[in-house]
Amino acid sequence: MKEHPIIQANHLSKIYKTDLVETVALADVSFEIKKGEFVAIMGPSGSGKSTLMHLLGALDKPTSGIYILDGENVENLTDDELADIRNRKIGFVFQAYNLLPRTSALKNVMLPMAYGGIPKENREEIAKKFLKMVGLEDRMSHNSNQLSGGQQQRVAIARSLVMNPAILLADEPTGNIASAQAEEIMAIFQRLNEEGHTIIMITHEPDIAQHAKRIILLRDGKIVEDGNGYRQKIIGKGEG
Amino acid sequence: MDYTEIIKESLGTLTINKMRTGLAILGIIIGIGSVIALVSLGQGTQQSIQNQIQSLGANLLTVSPGAERSGAVRGAFGGGTTLTSEDANALASSAEITTIKNVSPEFSRRTQVTTGGKNTNTQIVGVTPIYAEVHKIAVSSGNFISQRDVEGMTKVAVLGPQVVTDLFSEANPIGQTIRINNQTFRIIGITASKGGSGFMNQDDIIFAPLSTVQKQLFGASYLSSIALEAKSSQIMTQAQNEVGYFLLNRHKLSDPTLADFSIMSQQDIINTVSSTTGTFTALLAGIAAISLLVGGIGIMNIMLVTVTERTREIGLRKALGAKKKTIITQFLTEAILLTFTGGVIGIFIGLIISFLLTKITQFPMALSLNSIILAFVVSVAIGVLFGWYPANKASNMEPIEALRYE
Repeated sequence: MKEHPIIQANHLSKIYKTDLVETVALADVSFEIKKGEFVAIMGPSGSGKSTLMHLLGALDKPTSGIYILDGENVENLTDDELADIRNRKIGFVFQAYNLLPRTSALKNVMLPMAYGGIPKENREEIAKKFLKMVGLEDRMSHNSNQLSGGQQQRVAIARSLVMNPAILLADEPTGNIASAQAEEIMAIFQRLNEEGHTIIMITHEPDIAQHAKRIILLRDGKIVEDGNGYRQKIIGKGEG
Repeated sequence: MDYTEIIKESLGTLTINKMRTGLAILGIIIGIGSVIALVSLGQGTQQSIQNQIQSLGANLLTVSPGAERSGAVRGAFGGGTTLTSEDANALASSAEITTIKNVSPEFSRRTQVTTGGKNTNTQIVGVTPIYAEVHKIAVSSGNFISQRDVEGMTKVAVLGPQVVTDLFSEANPIGQTIRINNQTFRIIGITASKGGSGFMNQDDIIFAPLSTVQKQLFGASYLSSIALEAKSSQIMTQAQNEVGYFLLNRHKLSDPTLADFSIMSQQDIINTVSSTTGTFTALLAGIAAISLLVGGIGIMNIMLVTVTERTREIGLRKALGAKKKTIITQFLTEAILLTFTGGVIGIFIGLIISFLLTKITQFPMALSLNSIILAFVVSVAIGVLFGWYPANKASNMEPIEALRYE
């Protein structure tokens, strides 16, 4: 029985136009991601990985091509419909955590549920469950600026999970974090993946990318490698 | 996200930067406060003037020389010499006049009055005994001007309580004398206070016999006005017409537009004064409204700064699924909370100011519920008006751009 893919990207292109110059950020990219995969998107800066992340995250619309997320065609949608898709289907983890300042960890985690129309009386319970899962049950009432970088990112991960999204989309999740704490974060991602979550992670760090089972390598807006091959290469490099 | 949550969150945001929030609110407080204080002052003045005019008698018609309509050849209102005692006598005795109960011929002028070392400038009114009835003047001690005084052209005076205070140290100067235009008058009575202030003060007045004032003091043969008391307040218009045509005939004028006198009822006077004080109130409110506008611009400025500062937060909220409407509501709520709080405080401060002004200056104040409700509505409206642009700007931010913003 063939399971339908959770992400279908068909010939996605993104071209930024200014008055005189056309910049091709993404040129005719196609791939599929199935439920339960852990994919890292790699590439040097300027390779289009941020652009791809914006498209996958429904933060931006492609210039051409079709993007189907969990069976929904993310095309010709209004800004508000896109907001709704992001709320229900995508859990974001950002490099800069992006927690609300001077707001408790618990309130931060509850925020997507407020936008998603989860009944008020259920929100706290759900938020607590996920904060416990990332090991912050004793930090729930701390304000975000009283937490370390690693703790803040764990709050962000808890926040990304509360709406039970189809995919977790992590943009350089360990970019601002010391390496010991970065390992903790990656351990959480790996555990989530083992529990069946689909994770897409953007990174330029090979030792972070190797936690993923599949690596898509971008260069100049095109996919140059996709699959296990590149992963083997960097693991080999790491050992050698 | 429902409204209670949004309001809670906005309150949280506003208390973070207390100094800024306070300063933003201050603009609205000053605006609303001055609107409330000035409007209540204006309305108070208007009301007290109306009350005083009303207290002069609702059945009162006043005939003044000169025309109602100003024209090139006609004298100014009240400034003519066309009314005479004969007119008054004719009005009193004619069988054609059926609507008028009492006729009070009057001559009044301001002049200097002295006694011993003190002096004052006040209104001298030459009257006949009927004046007291027509104008509802009561005498608190002594007597009013009598018919004998008028016929005998005696030099007697009845003083208003304000004049007594200005000229004498004791409360009851009956029997003493005052000098008006270097002529000595004996005081025979003091009127009861009618209240009033400023140019409407009805206690700052001296009554003397009409004949004495006309001939001995000022050498005039005309009247400055004739007050008429109608038989009832329902027939004022009829009385006005009757008297008008009677006087036109007497003055041998065929066309009412050529009339050399004018007749005003108390209502006419109230209307005139009301429109004047109404303009005055509107002017005050207008000045206050400008400060309110400045306060509103202050709110817009603060909100724009807030939106820019919180670009990242807005981007995050949008990435997490906040719709445009939610963002607009959030920022509008913040703006409205600012102006609403400012409005409430402003209303209280305005009340305190008008209360203090009343205490200090004796200026009356009238506070209408309407102006308070209006101030509430206006402060919220200012929040919407000046919060809309920043809120809309926030809601239109692209989540990517907003997240990238450092």
